[in-house]
Amino acid sequence: MAPSSGRRSAPTKEQLEDRKTVGINKETVTNTVSTDFPDHFPDEDHAWDVDHFRDNFSIQFHQNDQFDSQFSLIGIDASIANAFRRILIAEIPTLAIETVFVHNNTSVIQDEVLAHRLGLIPFQGDKKGLRDFIKPFVKPAEGADQYSTTFDYNTVCLKLNVECTHNKDAAPNEKDPQKLYHNAHVYAKDIIFDPVGDKQPEIFSGEGIIKSTNPDILIAKLRPPQVINVEMHMHKGYGSDHSKFSPVATASYRLMPIIKILQPILGAEAKKFQECFMPGVIELEKVTKEEASKKGSGYEGRQGEPKAVVANPMHDTVSREVLRHEEFEGKVKLGRRRDHFIFSIESTGQWDSDELFIESVLMLKLKINKLKPQVENMVRSF
Amino acid sequence: MPSRDKSPEDASMADATAIPTSGQKEPVIGMSEENVGGLEEDGLDASGEAAAAAEEEEIEPQRVRILPGSSETAASFEFLDEGHTLGNALRYIIMKNPDVEFCAYSIPHPSEAKMNIRIQTYDTTTATEALEKGLQDLEDLCDVVSEKFWEARNEFNATKDTAMQE
Repeated sequence: MAPSSGRRSAPTKEQLEDRKTVGINKETVTNTVSTDFPDHFPDEDHAWDVDHFRDNFSIQFHQNDQFDSQFSLIGIDASIANAFRRILIAEIPTLAIETVFVHNNTSVIQDEVLAHRLGLIPFQGDKKGLRDFIKPFVKPAEGADQYSTTFDYNTVCLKLNVECTHNKDAAPNEKDPQKLYHNAHVYAKDIIFDPVGDKQPEIFSGEGIIKSTNPDILIAKLRPPQVINVEMHMHKGYGSDHSKFSPVATASYRLMPIIKILQPILGAEAKKFQECFMPGVIELEKVTKEEASKKGSGYEGRQGEPKAVVANPMHDTVSREVLRHEEFEGKVKLGRRRDHFIFSIESTGQWDSDELFIESVLMLKLKINKLKPQVENMVRSF
Repeated sequence: MPSRDKSPEDASMADATAIPTSGQKEPVIGMSEENVGGLEEDGLDASGEAAAAAEEEEIEPQRVRILPGSSETAASFEFLDEGHTLGNALRYIIMKNPDVEFCAYSIPHPSEAKMNIRIQTYDTTTATEALEKGLQDLEDLCDVVSEKFWEARNEFNATKDTAMQE
């Protein structure tokens, strides 16, 4: 070949595919680092370009329930996808119980343990009210009155007042404590919203009342004559301060699995191959007449036999089980797509899961917009 | 059975917990007057604006500085109260700038809320300009992501709805 003329041919489709694939081998991983930077490949640009990004970026939804959604971000770098994930967990504010005033607690659960349990209960209420009316709580200055910054627009009051008593109507040989006593179990639904001021009762009324998302969370078990009588203040806070403020139960992503069958896998082997993966990932198809009659295809004379076909790699866990079996050596290649993120967001109830992702993008934007003037105002002397 | 009812001190504390409501304290009075009509929408917007104005009054402390030993084309920036979230995203987008020779970020100590970004550029630009471009590019990226996300969501919900009707 002639010495390089300074111009290389553009990468082929296969080459581009290989670049985006993280190799997952028996004992090693390969090609793990992003290479889409200027000067990485000769004569390739890779400079940031919004239009190029817009053309290559796509989103696919797999599931979109109110509190649970799954979708793919395709054509984005891990550093950006990870920023969204981190913001989802730690930087979107929610309302949670922050202070518990124990008037009386004669249950077996100690005050501080009860307070901690109460803090972790997720609550929901009118979305607009929670987002716009309720503001983050600002701690009072040192020496100032403890409640000098406590207002109806930054604090929500809740009450829990239960007493366990004997149930006079219970059958004489009744063993079930729930029937034998009243209030033997204290649930999250027993917590009552106590609106304060003019606007709270208006905003958080009807469907929008502040209540626990999961009414059947067990808080404590009581026996006569035990009593729990507490008042609670809820504040708006951030997951970075305490995970009770996190709007998500889980927010995670994984990379799209790739399974490449390099040589035909037929007959009994195909069945075994299928069992190496999660259900639904590999399907068995019959070898067709054309395939069997084609020379050098590996299917000669095997018409009608089952062959393994990759049906739905998304559901695979990439357990690498298939690589433990000698008979599949060289017949299959496992990998993951570096720029295909399968996000899974499960909300705790204050936000809808799809809104949460939008909010995380807006939060990153807000962060940037706060920093722009900071960089401009920065003292430029070294 | 000994009662654990802690009466005198606790009772006074309970009184103190009562939140100053609209009738009692300055900041809320203004809001409730605007809300005389009792319309929820207006009330929410008005209070939102009031709080936004209050936030603006607070001057944000300077959180970015250039570290000593930097030059025009090779500088380290220190960000207070930022972490991996912004650090890694910004590092990626700055590395995509062809005028940048080197970019990396680090969090020097886990218990200090500080994040450092190192930028070295070619003569065609300066480190500060590269940082500003990085912030702008990242913002553009966010716009594309939210735009595409909403499109995909609406499309998915629409197909789900028609599937349910059938």
